[in-house]
Amino acid sequence: MSEVAVEAAAARGGVMWSTIRRQPSATIGATVLVVIAVAAILAPWIAPYGVHTQVGPVFGQPSWSHPLGLDDGGIDMVTLLMWGARISLVVGFAATLVSMAIGGSVGVLAGYFGGRTDTVLMRITDYFIVIPDVPLMIVVAAIWGPSLFHIVIVIGILLWTGTARVLRAQVKSVRERVYVKRARALGAGHTRIILRHVLPQVAPLLIANTVLTVAVAIFDETALSFLGLGDPSRTSLGKVIENAFQRAAISSGAWWAIVPPGALVALIILACSLVGGALEDSLNPRLRVAHLSARTFRLRPLVGRGDAL
Amino acid sequence: MRGADYVIKRVGFAIVTVFVAVTINFALFRLAPGSAITDLSRVPHATPELRLALKKQFGLDKSKGEQYVIYLGQLARGNLGVSFANEQPVWSNLRTALVNTLPMVFLGTIFSIVIGTLTGVIAAWRRGTPVEAATVTTALGFYSMPTHWLGLMLVIIFAGVLPTGGMTNEFLLNPSFWTHVKDLASHIALPSLTLGLVLYGEYTLIVRSAMLETLGEDYILTARAKGLRPWRIVRQHALRNAMLPIVTLIALSLGYIVAGAILIETVFSWPGIGRAVYEAVLQRDYPMLQGAFLLLTISVVFFNLVADLLYFKLDPRITE
Repeated sequence: MSEVAVEAAAARGGVMWSTIRRQPSATIGATVLVVIAVAAILAPWIAPYGVHTQVGPVFGQPSWSHPLGLDDGGIDMVTLLMWGARISLVVGFAATLVSMAIGGSVGVLAGYFGGRTDTVLMRITDYFIVIPDVPLMIVVAAIWGPSLFHIVIVIGILLWTGTARVLRAQVKSVRERVYVKRARALGAGHTRIILRHVLPQVAPLLIANTVLTVAVAIFDETALSFLGLGDPSRTSLGKVIENAFQRAAISSGAWWAIVPPGALVALIILACSLVGGALEDSLNPRLRVAHLSARTFRLRPLVGRGDAL
Repeated sequence: MRGADYVIKRVGFAIVTVFVAVTINFALFRLAPGSAITDLSRVPHATPELRLALKKQFGLDKSKGEQYVIYLGQLARGNLGVSFANEQPVWSNLRTALVNTLPMVFLGTIFSIVIGTLTGVIAAWRRGTPVEAATVTTALGFYSMPTHWLGLMLVIIFAGVLPTGGMTNEFLLNPSFWTHVKDLASHIALPSLTLGLVLYGEYTLIVRSAMLETLGEDYILTARAKGLRPWRIVRQHALRNAMLPIVTLIALSLGYIVAGAILIETVFSWPGIGRAVYEAVLQRDYPMLQGAFLLLTISVVFFNLVADLLYFKLDPRITE
């Protein structure tokens, strides 16, 4: 990589960090995400109790030793939340990885090659956009049987459309830039141009999209778990909510078993939206020019979509 | 003439999409491990003859290609099969459920559109003030909450005040008309409110973005320079132009709302389409699941088409 390219890469990294530092909402979001992620990663070492050990009565009340009380199995809620966040984040990131791989490839190939490839790939994308994710996820999870791996694959296969569209638009403009044309004139192959010249240019946008997709993936996992389609052997945050609901935490008056896990999911999704939104705003040039702005509104995952336009 | 082209193209796309969905629907359920036979013949002393008879009854003795053709033929006649769970035709099950879902979804959507537009406009108009920060933060908060969890929170808050499950009070015998209406209204309140709050967050953000965009245009500056009152600028100049993305996005989201009702109806035991899906999952009632999935996909495709056509109607420049 030439010196110029290295500098350019550093500058792009700089854009991301400065965006996060400059925008207070993004700073807050990033901090929250880091704190939750660290607590989740270190759960096996720093969790106050065992995740399978009964430490008190069923739905034990919050106390000094158990600030968030106990769940229906007498397990410490703080411990449960840390472990739950761990599984939820793993599902979120793994599913996002799958969806980034698909969406990234489709977007880059469609934008770079244009013409027929573009038409075919975008037509396929159009179909995937219309299929309602949540019902299809339910159907597939119900047929394949509940397991973490299935959930990751199902969510991943259905969430890539937004990424593909955003990237395609960006790659289309990068492709026309002079240095890409020069590289081509110098005899560089498609693979080289895509990997060396196009991909680094669109990478930050891909990252912004990743953060937003993680939020949707975590939401979807929570929804699937609630419908009894989660992995029964792994306690994700969605599973914690489902357990509390099924074991009548509400009628037992045990609000502490059901309020914190959902609030934590909301907090993760909120933080991801803040960071991802701020990054996308500062990276996607189309969002800054009023009359060109085709803002990709993110429809709520309730309705099963990661994107709408 | 280009307008007609556009309409034909969109309608064609919608029809092809439904066909693709039908095919996916067929393939998915044929890929399912086991079949109705392995489940139904699990009775003690099931004979091979019983197995064969069941196979014949469900048409599973034919080749996959034949099954597909039969499936398409039956669909064309509106036959979605028979539910494994209650042996009623899937379509009549779904129709009953849909009739229950629609009013609940309708109320919630109206609530969210009215409140969402209002707060979105206010947020955009008061840009950079604490008012904007407060509206946007609230909207983002509701937008981030898991739907079913928000429903459960409302259950905790309103327990004892409003009924938290079902559609009617089953202990009311032969109620008068007004008692019945009041009973229904009290039952519909919480599920509708959940849906409304969740969507309100989303609509506020959509309306705000669209308004911010139009408020930056030159004609708004002109209107201000002319000394028009703020309310008039918002209503006649900004909101009208912002309607384009707002209307299409709302139309788009409508299709997914029915799908989203799955979580809400599960929380509130509302006997609608979402609850039907949930129960079909629990009972592995594949024909019901298949029918419901098809219905949900068609509703999304339909509202997509509506959004496309509305977009065209509101902005005739669009032909691509």
